[in-house]
Amino acid sequence: MTSRPVPTTHSRPLPAGLTREQLLEIYRYLRLTRTLEERLTALYRQSKVIGGLFRSLGQEGESVASAYALERGPHRDILSPLIRNLGSMLVMGAQPLEILRQYMAKAGSPTRGRELNVHFNDLERGFLGQISHLGDMIPVMAGITLTFKLRGEWRVGLVYIGDGGTSTGTFHEGLNFAAVQRCPLVVIAEYNRWAYSTPPEKQFAVKDLAEKAKGYGISAGTVDGNDVLAVYEATKAAVARARGGGGVQFIEVKTYRRKGHAEHDDQHYVPQEELDWWAKQNDPVDRYVKQLLQHEWTEERDLTEIDERVRVEIDQATDACVNEPLPQPETTLPGVYASPPAAERLWFRSL
Amino acid sequence: MTEVTYLEALRQGLWEEMERDDRVFILGEDVGLYGGAFKVTEGFTKRFGEQRVIDTPISEAAIVGAAAGAAHMGLRPVAEMQFIDFISCAYDMLTNYVATARYRAGLATPLVVRGPCGGYVRGGPFHSQNPEAAFFHTPGLKIVYPATARDAKGLIKAAIRDDDPVLYLEHKWLYRRVKEQLPEGEEIVTPIGEARLAREGKDLSIVTYGATLWKSLEAAEQLEQEDGVAAEVLDLRTLLPLDDAAIVRSVKKTNKVLIVHEDTRTGGVAGEITARINEQAFEWLDGPIMRVTAHDVPLPYAPTLEDFVLPQTEDIVKAARWLAAY
Repeated sequence: MTSRPVPTTHSRPLPAGLTREQLLEIYRYLRLTRTLEERLTALYRQSKVIGGLFRSLGQEGESVASAYALERGPHRDILSPLIRNLGSMLVMGAQPLEILRQYMAKAGSPTRGRELNVHFNDLERGFLGQISHLGDMIPVMAGITLTFKLRGEWRVGLVYIGDGGTSTGTFHEGLNFAAVQRCPLVVIAEYNRWAYSTPPEKQFAVKDLAEKAKGYGISAGTVDGNDVLAVYEATKAAVARARGGGGVQFIEVKTYRRKGHAEHDDQHYVPQEELDWWAKQNDPVDRYVKQLLQHEWTEERDLTEIDERVRVEIDQATDACVNEPLPQPETTLPGVYASPPAAERLWFRSL
Repeated sequence: MTEVTYLEALRQGLWEEMERDDRVFILGEDVGLYGGAFKVTEGFTKRFGEQRVIDTPISEAAIVGAAAGAAHMGLRPVAEMQFIDFISCAYDMLTNYVATARYRAGLATPLVVRGPCGGYVRGGPFHSQNPEAAFFHTPGLKIVYPATARDAKGLIKAAIRDDDPVLYLEHKWLYRRVKEQLPEGEEIVTPIGEARLAREGKDLSIVTYGATLWKSLEAAEQLEQEDGVAAEVLDLRTLLPLDDAAIVRSVKKTNKVLIVHEDTRTGGVAGEITARINEQAFEWLDGPIMRVTAHDVPLPYAPTLEDFVLPQTEDIVKAARWLAAY
């Protein structure tokens, strides 16, 4: 039996102020995101997912790493994820069971079958679900972080926006408002090359999204979005500046959307060699694993153990909810308002 | 008792709620030291400070979006649209984000969006609009439209205290024209969802709200004097949710209905009221439900044009005579 290297003797110092446990926890969230989405793909193919399925394949690194830079816990920092930020929600404490139930429109899902996929929230755990109108979450998060500021709370908000989303009016209005108010808000702008099928050159005339933020007096930088530790470090620093009264911070993460807009999209508009290159040469999880092992911050065995635990967790979550019922039809009427408590049941349903 | 204008009553209501509840704050364009385009918030910054009276960029979507975020966190924002015409810039935020938040996500969004509406003031197409029909179709919103000073005060207080998002539509033609004796020291809160019988009558019902309440009351007086026709006038006060019971009660009493609003006809609130009367009191009707509304054109600037487009007292008198004789 060959002896394995002991991590503490030859390994490089741990990066970014993270402990070994934290490095492994980040890995766990990366793996959890990818495995959960792979499970959702299988369920989608079995027609158990009711609506569309939106993968974050190739982007899990920036979602997990940016969220990991926040303070988590009851009533701490709040983020607002987009459809490809499942990883960030898991970091904030969303459970795979909740995600599975949402996608399958189960009665027991967080929105009781009213909303799709990752569109749900828990402000106590620190995530505010998006609506489909891209850009709208920027003004809303401006309001949430304005509240932090007005109350003198040392809390920070983080909001994601895609390259296509930066073309919307609400993105600009929200950013300007938050900048003027010096809200403690961190914006993660994801340059993932595709807005549905539209490439950046048809979306905007700047080279980097960071250029847009500079027009609002917001300090902005660009990082390699598939370098997990680089995203973590950049976000950590931005969060600290925002928390310290430095106003809005903007980080552009360069990444790549390796799947279609949703599962139905065959990506015929994307060159195959481009997809292959990103898959083989620039996968954020592979790169992170390589770093962990090369620098001897961990061992392969630790990672395979995590993989196995994640697989069991996803299996159990799937088994727990796959046969659950859809919501009863009439549960749709209550809750449009606090008062009146329910919408009127229309007369023809009593005929 | 003190005589106060509609505008002063609104101002008092806002002020009292700011004094009563430190979660209440105001945001909007020029609302701070300037006191707002119509001076509704004059003196508020001095009393409550810049943290609670926030001047914003010209960004209606950001104003409403930020108000929504603050409301989720437990504050009670009152967002001013400088003219209500600009609320369309926040249409997406109100209808997609704010109105759906409780239903889709269980998010409380207790906010008020208020602003000056309406014509008869030579404001032209973009400073005279009545936006209610655009939002009337959106489950999740409430819409109030006071016509009297008492309700201007009572409804802003109720709107701020309501746990749902409320559009508070105030009529700029009424700001300084309408005055009323209001008791000092007595709290006035007008319940949302309740119409008010503004004038009793037996021959026909005029159902209306906003500025046309006053034109309808004038018409009713003229009908009484000149024709001996007793018109009942119902001031809706809340458009969403509509007070069906009050409308039906009046229909059953007079058996004839004239609906009057300043907004344009097609897709206007009057159409919905007509449908509800049809569903709930068809057999009580002794004549067709008729409408007096603005013509279906953008509101023009020249006095001759604006006066032609908007419903006038004389139009209501003529329409009521026609209906009474039916």
